[in-house]
This record gives sequence, structure tokens and C-alpha cells, in this order.
Amino acid sequence: MSLYAADSHVKLRRAQSLIMLSLCSVAALVGILVLGLVLYFLAARGLSHLNIKLFTVASGDGDGFAQSIRGTLQILGVACAIAVPIGILGGIYQQESKGKFANTVRFLTDVLNGIPSIVIGIFVYAALVLPISQAYPGKGYSGWAGGVALAIMMLPLIMRTTEEMLRLVPSALSEASLGLGATRWRTMLSVVLPAARGGILTGILLAVARVAGETAPLIFTILGNEFLGQMDGQVDALPLRLFKYATDVDEKHNQIAWAAALTLILMVLMMSIAARLTTRSRMQEDK
Amino acid sequence: MALTITTSKSRPGDKIYLGVLGFSALVLFVLIVGIAATLAWQSRLSIQATGFKFVTLSVWDDAAGTYGIWPFLFGTLYSSLIALLLAVPISLGAAIFLAELCPKWLRTPITFLIELLAAIPSVVYGLWGIFVLTPFLRDKLMTPLADKKIPLFQGAGFGPSMLTAGVILAIMILPFITAVSRDILKAIPKAQREASYGLGGTKWETISKVVLPYSRSGIIGAVMLGLGRAFGETMAVTMVIGNQAAQTDSGISLNLFEPGYTMASALANKFNEAQPGLSTSALIEIGLVLFIVAVIINSCARLLVRLTGKSVNK
Amino acid sequence: MRNLKFQQISGAGATFPELLYNNWAKEYKATGGVAVNYQGIGSGGGIKAITAKTVDFGASDSPLNAEELKGAPKILHLPMCAGAVVVAYNAPGVPNGLKLTGAVIADIFLHKITAWNDPRISGLNPGIKLPASRIVTVSRSDSSGTTAIFTNYLAKVSPAFKAGIGEGKSVNWTKGGLAGKGNPGVAAFIKQTPGAIGYVELAFADKNAITYAYVQNAKKNFVAPTLASTSAAAAGVKLPGDFCAMATNTGEPTGYPIAGFTWILLYPDAKPEVKKFLRWCLTTGQKSAAKYDYAPLPAGVQKRVLDALKKIGG
Repeated sequence: MSLYAADSHVKLRRAQSLIMLSLCSVAALVGILVLGLVLYFLAARGLSHLNIKLFTVASGDGDGFAQSIRGTLQILGVACAIAVPIGILGGIYQQESKGKFANTVRFLTDVLNGIPSIVIGIFVYAALVLPISQAYPGKGYSGWAGGVALAIMMLPLIMRTTEEMLRLVPSALSEASLGLGATRWRTMLSVVLPAARGGILTGILLAVARVAGETAPLIFTILGNEFLGQMDGQVDALPLRLFKYATDVDEKHNQIAWAAALTLILMVLMMSIAARLTTRSRMQEDK
Repeated sequence: MALTITTSKSRPGDKIYLGVLGFSALVLFVLIVGIAATLAWQSRLSIQATGFKFVTLSVWDDAAGTYGIWPFLFGTLYSSLIALLLAVPISLGAAIFLAELCPKWLRTPITFLIELLAAIPSVVYGLWGIFVLTPFLRDKLMTPLADKKIPLFQGAGFGPSMLTAGVILAIMILPFITAVSRDILKAIPKAQREASYGLGGTKWETISKVVLPYSRSGIIGAVMLGLGRAFGETMAVTMVIGNQAAQTDSGISLNLFEPGYTMASALANKFNEAQPGLSTSALIEIGLVLFIVAVIINSCARLLVRLTGKSVNK
Repeated sequence: MRNLKFQQISGAGATFPELLYNNWAKEYKATGGVAVNYQGIGSGGGIKAITAKTVDFGASDSPLNAEELKGAPKILHLPMCAGAVVVAYNAPGVPNGLKLTGAVIADIFLHKITAWNDPRISGLNPGIKLPASRIVTVSRSDSSGTTAIFTNYLAKVSPAFKAGIGEGKSVNWTKGGLAGKGNPGVAAFIKQTPGAIGYVELAFADKNAITYAYVQNAKKNFVAPTLASTSAAAAGVKLPGDFCAMATNTGEPTGYPIAGFTWILLYPDAKPEVKKFLRWCLTTGQKSAAKYDYAPLPAGVQKRVLDALKKIGG
């Protein structure tokens, strides 16, 4: 066995092991330190500029981002309304079917997941915003378009988790149902899906959390708004407002940007925690 | 379409059910084909006008109608490379620490922290980059080294630079590569490690000679997924890279302190104002290039991760 | 046609008058008008947006060129105010009011003058202690009317600039330096980068305590950019019937040489709410323009613009 050097080097080898393992620990520490620095500044600067007015005043009327918060929630709502049904059905499809087309769809899901978000923004601009503006002058940029862009980003995430969660459901369950003469769709609807419900919900929440902070696909689709807007026109979104105010020279705006960042993180964090809680309660149920 | 349902072919409910499922899959299919087709169709003007020179020309000049993306392409490659060089060693070390060394009570909080950081939006990293990282790097690294003429560590040194962008990207992909690598390391069967210990291997020898080689392709896959993220990353990079080609004829420079441009940041900066015609077409072609590169990187990465998954499961 | 009740009108374009338009929108809404959502995305973006009709009105500080007019043949240019493009800087220890000539500014942006204590700068400023630090030029990364005004002036006073860089909304700057998005982006870079020099509208410099130069005009006087000197320059311009003319390099002895008008762009069939808002801007709004650091239109021009607005039913 020549894999390890002869015994005479035991001490050396032990020392080497210790050094390398320490280096790994240092790497972990460096990583945590850097990440800690990010969080520290976000919390410190964000907290010191956070106040209730930010949430009640629109940017056009004063120092606030009320319209951005509402816009973000509306856009996410639209994105969910589109992506959740298609995503879940697509996930079920991948679980239920095999063959070339199913494999192609699975591959495409991965591809879609990897497309840079800005490219999706350009696509929605070219496919939706521009044609609409030609038909209805003054329209085009809209909350709907932003919702579609985010839905495209959520779709592969929801499909993937749905498929994985369905796969985790013991096949005995569906076999029993089918054996009792239930139809395929009945089995999925009343046996398999309920069993995977928690996991799918977690997946949806994580997908929402992931796209809630997306800025790039919104720049060319919703444009931004200083006031509360209608969904069929320009609206604002928190990440977009944050981008605008972070790159602004106005110090007041910079401060609002920090507060917006903290707000955004807290939103994302709440969704992540909610997702975690659903997973946990589901696991306890399973036990 | 081969659906593997035999028991219920005759039932009308199931036919509708399968039809609905097939339709939703078709939506996805049409969507992606639609994205590719839209990008290709809308960039046809530019493809015809510039051809392959699009990726080799260094000039992006609206007035002259010359469109070349070499500085953007280089910026994307270079900033991603810097990010990988910084992030991979740290992520791997951290993944090994989490999978092999970390005491149990510490594992959950650290994992949670890493996942939290993976969830922070890009634009928030950009904000941090503008007001914390950029001045820090400028005052503590670029200005002191300004006249030292150290290879690579020189250049304009305004603050916004390739290095700043690379560091921000590294911080962003760090949690991602760490999480995926840790999962892969943990998937290595215990027997493999025990065999090594049984032969008298130290812990490090076990890790470096057994665990890492065993999970090599998976880790390469994880790194490539990280690369995929860095490649298409837009907001954070746009906010710290300076959006200016380097001060050379070719518009590129290996010097880390030079500002730069990436394909994604060029899109973010120029798309909203590009006039219809060649200018818009050229920008959409950048999108097409990003799309193609993303497909290639992600396909390779998924393939590698899947291959390791299979060999581990055996 | 359905009788739509508009709750909001939208405009996009130049960042040069962004502070004014946003303040006007605030006032207009407070006095019972509709909400006017103005997004500063750059003059090039404004021209694109109104050409594509993605907004109700566009805004630019540079009239459409012949090619752009082809895409939007019926478009109207209505001047709203005049403003000064100031040469803003962040040179440590240098007070406001550094004296510069057009030729020196041109050579700074051509990177022929690269240090703050260059004899050509110190020669104009006896008594001011200039640092030996290098000059960082900040230009625009987007297509900009502010750039058009700035380069229009420099091309008039410097043959080298005209030959080397030329003029327009988006020009091929000498490589090196930084590029910011919009007036706010350029001002932010100037503020954050020691040694920086760039060009922004007066209001952005004043509001954010950024120092700027006094520029020598055609009558050899060094003139501070103020509302008075901007108005003097604007009054010296005879606007043609379509209101499109540049106001740079004025012959007025007290005029600031890098001044310009900024235009709202709209189609004759624009929504009545847009016309109503513009009427307000041209009447009530003119009175408050000075409060926001923009020069109101000369009285004669104001009347002519109102007449033009009336012709299209405003």
C-alpha cells in the first residue's frame, strides 16, 4: 500500500494534516468574516435610517418608498399567479412522464434557470413592452410586464422543487390509490399532491424570495414610478428604487437606499424563514 | 410524447389531465424557444452588419455605427476569473470545514448564515460595494500601491475597477459554491473515509487523497455553477466596475485597478436609450451571446454534478 | 373612444432637468393636478421612449438629429427652461471657482492635461494651491443631452477636441476615466472620487455641495455658472420656429458659455392631461424654476412656446 508514506513520517504527516485543516478552518472564518461585514453594514446603516415615513410616503411626494413596496408586492403577486400553476403542472408533468420530450423539458428547465436575469428583461421588453406601446401609445412599461419577467425566473425553480417533492412521496401511496380504481388525476390531486404540499409550498416561497430582489429584469419592463402607479402602467419596485438611490449623488437618497436594502433583506429573510418553518413542520408531521 | 400511463388510457378525465400537464410543459418549451428566437431575430441586423467581428472589435461607437464587444466580453471573463480565484479556495476550505470538521452545534448557524447570504439580492451587494468596498479598496490598496508598479496590481485606481467587481462577485458566489460543495462532500460514502483511516491515513490525507478526488467532478460542477452566476450577474457589477473600457488601444487591460465593462453591465447601461435599428440590434446580440454562454456553462455544470451524483450513488 | 380618466401621466428622458421636473410634479400634484411620473433615464432614452411611445412625453437637452426625426417626424420640441452645465470637480484643497478656459477643459478631457497642478491650470489660477494628484475625468455612460451641450461647446472652442472626440449625445471619449449613468451618477462619482472632474447640471452641483469651475466665455470673461449668467446666455439665443438651437459659447459678456435649453418632446396628439401639465409648467412652473436652481425661459420665448402649445390644443 503505497498510498500513505512510511511510518517514519508520521509526525510530519500529522503536522501537515493539522496545518491544512487549520487552513480550511481559516477559509471558513474568512468567508464568515466577509459575509459578516456585509450584514453588519446593512444592519447598522439600514437601521439608522429606517423610519415609518419611508413606508407611507411616495418618493415623488417626499422621502419614502411607499410606492416601491406596493409595486414589489403587486409584481410578485402577478408573478406567482402565472408561475405557480404552470410551474406545479410542469413539475407534475416531469414526474408523470418519461421520454424524449420530457427529458428535453427537464434540460430546458435547467437552461432557463441559468439565463442571466437581464436577458429575460430584454426578452420581455422586445416581446411585450414594445408591441404594446405600438398598439397603445403611452403604455408598454407596466407592472404586468414586470410580473411576467419575474414569473419566467420563478418558473424553473417551482418546476424543479415540485418534481423533487413529488418524487419523495412514497410510490406505495399512489399505487394503493390506483389499485383501488382511482383515476390518475384523482390520485395526483387527492393523494400525491397533498402529501407533497408542504415541500412545494417551501419551494414557492424560496422562489419568491429569490426573485423579490431582482432588479435587472425590471429596468426595461416597469421603468419605475415616483408615485403610486397602476399595474397597466409604470410601477416602482423596491430593488429598482434601491438601485436608483444607491447610484444617486443625493446623500438623503443614499440613506434611503440603505433603509431600502434592509427592508428588502428582511422581506427575503421572512420568506426564507417561513419556507424553513413549513419544511420543519412537514418533517415533524412525517415523523 | 411517451407518457407512461397504461392503466387509465380510456378514462376521459385522465386524458384531460395529461393534456393539461403536456400543455404546461409545452408552455415552458415554447417560452425558451421563444426567448432564443426573439433574441436571434432581433439581433439579425447586427449579425448581418458585423458578423463574427462582433466579438473581436474593441470599439462600441453609436455615431460611427461600429459595434464590437471585445472589451465587454473580456470584462465578463476577467471579472469572473478574479471572482473564481478568490472564491474557490475559500469556498472549498469552508465546505471541507463544514462537512468534515465543524462541531455539530456550530453547523446549523453557519449553514443558515451562508444560505442567508446566498439569498441577498444583487443590488444590495452593489450598494455595499459602492459605499463600503470601493472606498476601502481605493484607500487601502489602490492608492498605496499606485506607484509601486507591481504587475497586475496597478492601473487607474479610481475605486471602481475590475478588482472591485471581482471581489463583489467572489463574495456573491462564495455562499453558493460553499453550499453545493458541502452537499457533495457529505454525499461521499462513509466507507470510503473509513478505509483510508484504516490504512493509517491522517484526516487531511483522507480528505485530499480520497474525498476530494472522489468528488472532483461534482466540485468542478459546483464551481461552474458559480461561474454561471458570475457571468450573468448584472446589478452589483454595474454598480462597481466603472463602466468604462480600459485606457488601451484594445480597450482591455489585465491590470486589476483599471475600470472595465461586462456584457451584462453594458446592457444595463445602454439598453434603455438605444435607438431602434442597428444600435438596439447590437445590444440584443449581447443578450444572445450571454444566452448561449449561459446554456453552455450550465449544461456542462449540470452534467458534471449529475455524473458525480451517479458515481456516488453506486 | 373610451372616456378614460387618467390618474397619472408619464414622461422619461433627460436627467439634466430631472430635479426641476420632479419638483414641478410634486407641486403640480399638491395643487390638485394629476401625478406626473418623470423618470430620468438620459436624453437618448427619452428620445427612444417617445419615439416608441412607451411614455406620454419625452425629454431631452439635445434636439433630435435628422435620423431620429425620421423615426418621429411629427414630434414637437417645447423648451421648458435653461440650465448650465458646470465643470464640477473634487480636487482636495481646491475651493469653488477654479478658473478654466474652454481649451484647458478640452485638453483635460482629451487627457493631455493629467495633473491638477499642470502649469496650464495653475497659470489661470495664481494664488490657488493645486495638488499634484492626477485628474480623473468622469463622463456619461449613457446617451446624454448634457454630453451634447458639453461637447458642442468644447468642439466650438477646441479644434483638437472637435477632431479627436467630436460632439453628440454619445461620443467616443478618450479611453480612461470613469463614466456615470445620468447626471446623478456622474455627480456621485465626482463626489466619491478624489481628483475627479466631470460635467453636470448646476442644480446637481449646488444641491450636493460639489465645487465647480468658472469658465471663460467668448468675451474673455471668467463667468460663474449662476441663474443670471445662464439666463444671459439663453437670452442671447434667437430660437427658430421649432425652438431647436444650442446656446453654447454665448457672445453675451456676462453669459455662461456652457448653457443650454432643455426640451419636452411630445406628439401633437398627446393626452390633454400632458398639455395641461405643460401649460402649468410654462406659466406657474416658470415662477418656481429659479427656486430649484434652473433658469426660467426668457419672456419672449415663454410666450412663443405657449402659443405653440395652444396650436395643438393645450
